[in-house]
Amino acid sequence: MHSFGYRANALLTFSVTALAFICAIASLSDNFSNQNPSAEIQILNINRFKKQSYENDEVSLTLDISADLESLFTWNTKQVFAFVAAEYETPKNSLNQVSLWDAIIPDKEHAKFRIQTSNKYRFIDQGHNLRGKEFNLTLHWHVMPKTGKMFADKIVMPGYSLPDAYK
Amino acid sequence: MGWIGETVDSIKSIKIRQLLTQAITLGMIVTSALIIWKCLMCVTGTESPVVVVLSGSMEPGFKRGDILFLHMTKEPIRAGEIVVFNVDGRDIPIVHRAIKVHERENTGHVDVLTKGDNNDVDDIGLYADGQFWLHRHHIMGRAVGFLPYVGWVTIIMSEKPIIKYILIGALGLLVITSKD
Repeated sequence: MHSFGYRANALLTFSVTALAFICAIASLSDNFSNQNPSAEIQILNINRFKKQSYENDEVSLTLDISADLESLFTWNTKQVFAFVAAEYETPKNSLNQVSLWDAIIPDKEHAKFRIQTSNKYRFIDQGHNLRGKEFNLTLHWHVMPKTGKMFADKIVMPGYSLPDAYK
Repeated sequence: MGWIGETVDSIKSIKIRQLLTQAITLGMIVTSALIIWKCLMCVTGTESPVVVVLSGSMEPGFKRGDILFLHMTKEPIRAGEIVVFNVDGRDIPIVHRAIKVHERENTGHVDVLTKGDNNDVDDIGLYADGQFWLHRHHIMGRAVGFLPYVGWVTIIMSEKPIIKYILIGALGLLVITSKD
């Protein structure tokens, strides 16, 4: 009952159980944090709007994105992954979501930002539906914890639209 | 002559009942582990409810050796979700984020494009030849939870199989020599 093997086994079991318990509590504590992030996006310019040689529409735009995501950070947060997606409807597709820009926010100090950037990923439609198209720009964020449950949410900003003719 | 007598004696002294009890206990442990695993598969709706991150393509969020808990529902995939998928012809599942989603009007069929957070380009290069989108049947699950470092055990065991054999050998020895 007192051999090295038994003692090592008991120690190992106890430490693993304690660690698992601590991880679970850390993850649960995230549910109690109060979160109110805010964001604003402006389209500064539509740089290019064309049809990719007989195929799909493609848009290139410059965005001005400002956001305050400081309240998302808790002690159990490793990083926040934020991205801006254009969401719109077409006759063929009930929902299209195209990510235009994303960033990894490693800590609270970087969580309040304003940047002006052209879209990081190509905004390509499945078809030629983008002329005059109205779309929403949503800022999504994904909180990645140090341990435990990940959660995500978004702010939807409606009311953006593309020009009626190719440019 | 005496030596044969000794061997026969020691064989006779193996208590059959004790041996059978030990074998059944071992069998119970193995089967209850299997039952728990299958229940997890049912509850989470995916074939492998826990996966180990093998590459650095999602750093700094997920490092090599972390484990992810997966869950799969009938809800369609949306942009931003971290999905684990298999490409036809490759057996290692990949954990990346969905950056583009196109959902068809009537059928609910979804086209998904993914990209690793730490990669510069999207995953088109990883898909099969001529494949531009991922579909529902490629995706094993969405990552909903995360534990750091625990997956290193699996990585070490699969990259240096000798350790796996040593571990199983030691466990087997422990079971046989234990007195209960």
